Amino acid sequence: MKRYIVAILSLVVIAAMSSCREDIYIYPSSSENVDSPQATGVDGFYLLNEGNMGSNKCTLDYFDETTGSYVRNIYAERNPSAVKELGDVGNDLEIYGSRLYAVINCSHKVEVMTAADARRIGQIDIPNCRYAVGHGGYLYVSSYVSPTQGDSRAPLGAVFKVDTLSLAVVGRVDVGYQPEEMTISNGKLYVANSGGYRAPDYDRTVSVINLDYFAMVREIDVDINLHRVKTDSRGMVYVTSRGNHAQVPSALYVIDPEVDKVTAKVDVPVSDMAISGDSAYIYSAEVNDMTGATSITYSILDLRSLQVVDNSIVKDGTDADIKMPHGIAVHPMSGDIYITDARNYVSRGKIHCYGRDGVLKWSQTTGEIPAHFAFKMSYK
Amino acid sequence: MLAMWSVPVVATEVDDAYLDSILQIQEVTVVENRKKEVIKPQSLTGEQLQNLNSQSVADALRYFSGVQIKDFGGIGGIKTINIRSMGTHHVGVFYDGIQLGNAQNGQIDLGRYSLDNIEEIQLYNGQKSNIFQGAKDFGPSGSIYIRTRRPRWDEGENYRVIAQFKTGSFGLINPELIWEQRITRRVSLNATAEFTHANGKYEFRYRRLNLDNTVAYDTTAIRQNSDIDAFRAETSVFGYTDKGRWSGKAYFYNSERGIPGAIVNNVFRNGERQWDRNIFAQGSWENNFTKRYQMKMNAKYANDYLHYLRDDSKELYVNNKYYQQEIYFSMANLLRITPWWDASLATDVQWNEMNSNMSLFARPVRFTEMVAVATTMRGYGLDAQASLLGTFVQDEAGDGEVHERTMQYRNEWTPAMFMSWKPLADAEWDINAFVKRAFRMPTFNDLYYAEVGSKNLKPEYTMQYSLSSGYRYGFTDAFMQSVKLQGDVYYNEVTNKIVAYPSGQQFRWTMLNLGNVKIFGVEASAEGNARVGGVDLGLRLNYTYQSARDFTDKADSYYGHQIPYIPLHAGSVVGRAHYRGWNFNYSFIYTGERYNAQENIPANYEQPWYTHDASLIKDLNIGRVGCRVGLEVNNIFDQDYEVILNYPMPGRNYKVTLKVNI
Repeated sequence: MKRYIVAILSLVVIAAMSSCREDIYIYPSSSENVDSPQATGVDGFYLLNEGNMGSNKCTLDYFDETTGSYVRNIYAERNPSAVKELGDVGNDLEIYGSRLYAVINCSHKVEVMTAADARRIGQIDIPNCRYAVGHGGYLYVSSYVSPTQGDSRAPLGAVFKVDTLSLAVVGRVDVGYQPEEMTISNGKLYVANSGGYRAPDYDRTVSVINLDYFAMVREIDVDINLHRVKTDSRGMVYVTSRGNHAQVPSALYVIDPEVDKVTAKVDVPVSDMAISGDSAYIYSAEVNDMTGATSITYSILDLRSLQVVDNSIVKDGTDADIKMPHGIAVHPMSGDIYITDARNYVSRGKIHCYGRDGVLKWSQTTGEIPAHFAFKMSYK
Repeated sequence: MLAMWSVPVVATEVDDAYLDSILQIQEVTVVENRKKEVIKPQSLTGEQLQNLNSQSVADALRYFSGVQIKDFGGIGGIKTINIRSMGTHHVGVFYDGIQLGNAQNGQIDLGRYSLDNIEEIQLYNGQKSNIFQGAKDFGPSGSIYIRTRRPRWDEGENYRVIAQFKTGSFGLINPELIWEQRITRRVSLNATAEFTHANGKYEFRYRRLNLDNTVAYDTTAIRQNSDIDAFRAETSVFGYTDKGRWSGKAYFYNSERGIPGAIVNNVFRNGERQWDRNIFAQGSWENNFTKRYQMKMNAKYANDYLHYLRDDSKELYVNNKYYQQEIYFSMANLLRITPWWDASLATDVQWNEMNSNMSLFARPVRFTEMVAVATTMRGYGLDAQASLLGTFVQDEAGDGEVHERTMQYRNEWTPAMFMSWKPLADAEWDINAFVKRAFRMPTFNDLYYAEVGSKNLKPEYTMQYSLSSGYRYGFTDAFMQSVKLQGDVYYNEVTNKIVAYPSGQQFRWTMLNLGNVKIFGVEASAEGNARVGGVDLGLRLNYTYQSARDFTDKADSYYGHQIPYIPLHAGSVVGRAHYRGWNFNYSFIYTGERYNAQENIPANYEQPWYTHDASLIKDLNIGRVGCRVGLEVNNIFDQDYEVILNYPMPGRNYKVTLKVNI
């Protein structure tokens, strides 16, 4: 019997040795040279890859303009002691002052890093945080849930005010349902409320917060399911509606911050946009629930005339390679246009760089669901 | 399978061919002597099952070839199985002969079926290749048959009570009572009640190293919100008539559990809760009207309730309740045309309905009619079977804001062929082959789930080609008793695979008939039994190789890559020793490297995992009372592993069992 057991055990050991578990290492970054070095007054940009929910695969990439190299997944390598790395589902990225803020939705935190090299400084715990914007020494963060309120079953969203020196939450204002992007104009914070989880009872308001008193002063009725809100050089506020993915199409609205009223509607579908000078570079990727069809469109909108001046951004036909646009940015100096491609959302995405003439300059593989840009200026 | 039972075989005439179990008629032990299925299943029975380190049916299935278990960890964690990489939805699970349904999401959580009242688990690739069965049995791409305990009586015995208590890690408290009563000579009853409580807490650890081998981080935490309280009660009545048999069963299951969720950065605790209540009643009757004609009827009613609650201040509140009902009726007819030629006709009807407290819920209703014609022929050592199943599905559902209900029709014909050849009359050696086309209907969730479902989905298809050979040799030798070898080679294709795609914004998904997977697999198993100086020894080895690759779209970066969570190599070793009421079991389970997402890249790489489990059981008699004391140690080497990304599994854990048989 002993012999038999010895035989069994040795078999087990052999099987176990043949392909063993090893220690797991921090996943290293990888870099590729994609462009010639440039000196434009911009060092480069960070790109946040969202990662799928539950996968904890939110990653940070960096494009170094001074060397022309694209570096994937820098966070874990630079911050190896961060338990379970950057987190689950990144939703926004901001450079404000000398710091880089990454809003990590399903990790319920804003990660605070040095803008210079993405080293961790700390984190701000904000439940279900969505977007961030910095102003006057504070960081404002929108969140789907306001922690203390009467009806926990249908919570309003909130905007949290964070002191960027102490990283402490110093204030909170309740806004509409499931607030998304924010922008600042005329000393006021404009918050787009979606109510996206309340379909068909979407929210349809922009909450206006006076930043001197940090109090909501107005709710502007716009359209259902609002998402993006941006400001141009004149301070005009542009807010987008996602529609209901069926009968009601996506559209763009203009709010004049002097009167806090909707002054115009533009019938152009918008998933995201980047404003550069008087132009908005827009893409839209929409699945229509009724037809099941996905339609992808690109447009350039003149913000003075509110006319679509171009129905394409990419001019060399390479936009056919973009399976699912998921992020857009315009270089603040050179005017180069960046469009990210989330592919099928469950594999690694791509980033494409186009010159102002719409001709492809370079492409690179990113992390999962590349989406959010933050440009790092040289003088900072 | 029969060969494994060392029970005297007293064969009667063709009449008893309908009996698939050991039973007693007029005090004569009878075992069916005619092979029922063309291709024999993998099976675990009686003592083998009881001696394994297993809490649930899912745990026991790990010992079969060609099976992957999705295990989210802990006692309350969901455990589903996938046969030959075709996907969970293609597995049919039959409980005492009738399929367990879940029209909502099409998968059965096998972690909920405790092993204690179970007599046999069988795994059939393709289908159970027996033609005298319900039309539904011809459907799935692979099937698990679970058979609960049936009373067996010794002379003069009229009742039996078994009381069992298990306790151990995870705060487990698990009492069970089985009562068996002989009502008349031909009618017996089995009643079982079981309660399971566990706080589900266990330690897990995440440790990462820097490239220079210094520790980057090393965190140990306790799994939270993984508790469970479950109650199961089951009553079965078995009866025999002159020309047949009947049975009835009532089943009740009620549970509350925490959903522990993924462990991600800054989130080591989740707040979701789930309540389940499953009730079903089923009955079955079969009769030999003449020597040439047999009939079998099955009927079932099931009522399922699921309540999901997310009441976590960090998350949006969700409080959804789902109600499902199913009515099923089946009639199978078997005609013995000649001694070597049988034919059958089975017709099933089924009705499913689902409702919810969600606003704008589609309230789907599904009618399914199935008809199966099959024939089998035997001769010259050859056994062949062909079947054709027709499935006709009518779905009716509302459409969100439109208060109009629409119909959808899906009709499918799926054939199958099974063959078994015994080349040598005096050797237990057979060569088997089958070819089968099968499909699975889109589930109610696939079709109608708010903002996810796509009601125009087509069914998902599988095509299987399988070749296998088995050999068993029984020694007369005093040392070796028997050796069994089995080898399988197969090729499967899954087309029109239903895949969920996020569609742009976070809270929106679409379901598409997109996937195409090609699977090539090899399975090998060996089993040996020996006896050395009063010690019975047994060893069982299983190995599975599966190349399951995605061939959906050449433009995808993962074209040709191994699909998520399917290891190329997997295997198990189970050894047991039995000596005078002492039972020792040792098992080793190995799952090779895998990827947790479509792309086979280092960022998605999952290390192999393997666990060593052991148990020691002692049977003793105190007067007329039989007792059993068992001690189990699982994951002996305390490996930190994950079956599913970010769902850590328990480390070393223990269980103690006390069982009294009166």
